[in-house]
Amino acid sequence: MNRFLLPLGVFVLLAAVLAIGIKHSPDKGIIASPLLGKPAPQFALPNLTDPAHVVRSSDLKGRWYLFNVWGTWCGECRAEHDMLLQVHQAAVVPLIGLDWKDDDAQALAWLQQLGNPYESVAADRAGRTAIDWGVYGAPETFLVNPQGVVVYKHVGALTYQTWTREILPRVSRTTPAGS
Amino acid sequence: MKRLRTVVAVGVMLAALGAGEAVWAVDTTKLPDPALQERYSVLTHELRCMQCQNESLADSPVDLAADLRREVRDQLLAGKSDDDVRAWMAARYGDFILFRPRYSWRNAWLWGAPGALLLLGALVAWRIVRQRSTLLATDYEPIEEDGHS
Repeated sequence: MNRFLLPLGVFVLLAAVLAIGIKHSPDKGIIASPLLGKPAPQFALPNLTDPAHVVRSSDLKGRWYLFNVWGTWCGECRAEHDMLLQVHQAAVVPLIGLDWKDDDAQALAWLQQLGNPYESVAADRAGRTAIDWGVYGAPETFLVNPQGVVVYKHVGALTYQTWTREILPRVSRTTPAGS
Repeated sequence: MKRLRTVVAVGVMLAALGAGEAVWAVDTTKLPDPALQERYSVLTHELRCMQCQNESLADSPVDLAADLRREVRDQLLAGKSDDDVRAWMAARYGDFILFRPRYSWRNAWLWGAPGALLLLGALVAWRIVRQRSTLLATDYEPIEEDGHS
């Protein structure tokens, strides 16, 4: 009996290591953001729809917001757009857009043609703010709480499932009922 | 004569190879100081391109890699240390961006595993050797040699 104990122990250990490896594999396409649980990166960028004004992260403190990174060059963003319009309609949490390395005129045409779900859109022409947020592909969506802390990140087109299972429960948990 | 021609041909081929390499190079950034250039080259080779994931920043033609290379260059020019640049990258993209992982309490077991496995192996080997030697000590049968009897 004793002679099987060691191999068995090694096997269990190996199985555990492999299971963890499979579960957290970056090959699944999702890389855990080091930003989760940390203060959202600061930014101050020109407002796409109103160039005279600046979109500032400090102005967003005190309420929930969804920070959505997009660009007209990004195909998945077009696929995601209908979902964003639904989120806008639901009026639960405002969408703040980050137009990533894009052409302003094209971005404005996009919003006019497809509808504008955003409360405001920050134009990140140089891509510096996107890097601060650890963005590696568009679309990406971050949920930021009233304390300014990133509580959730979604990579890829926002889906109805993510909206109902991940975002809504987090927002409604702290929002007083009826509001 | 024939030998000279061979030498010339090989020389031309080598030159073509070298020229090809220059054309293939994704990154043509030049820093003013050779020491900085060296550090830049090492850093961009050990940082991962997040979009392509198995290429380094230095080898990747995508836009984001170019932006991150520019970031490395600017920070080196601003006098930041290599560790500063690595930490800056990891704060945004996680340890995943580092091809050369850092030591931390979360991966300490990984760093310790080879030593522990070696120790385990030595223990097993020692037990087997001891078992065999006690077997030999109690074994009085003459050893038969194959093919020689």
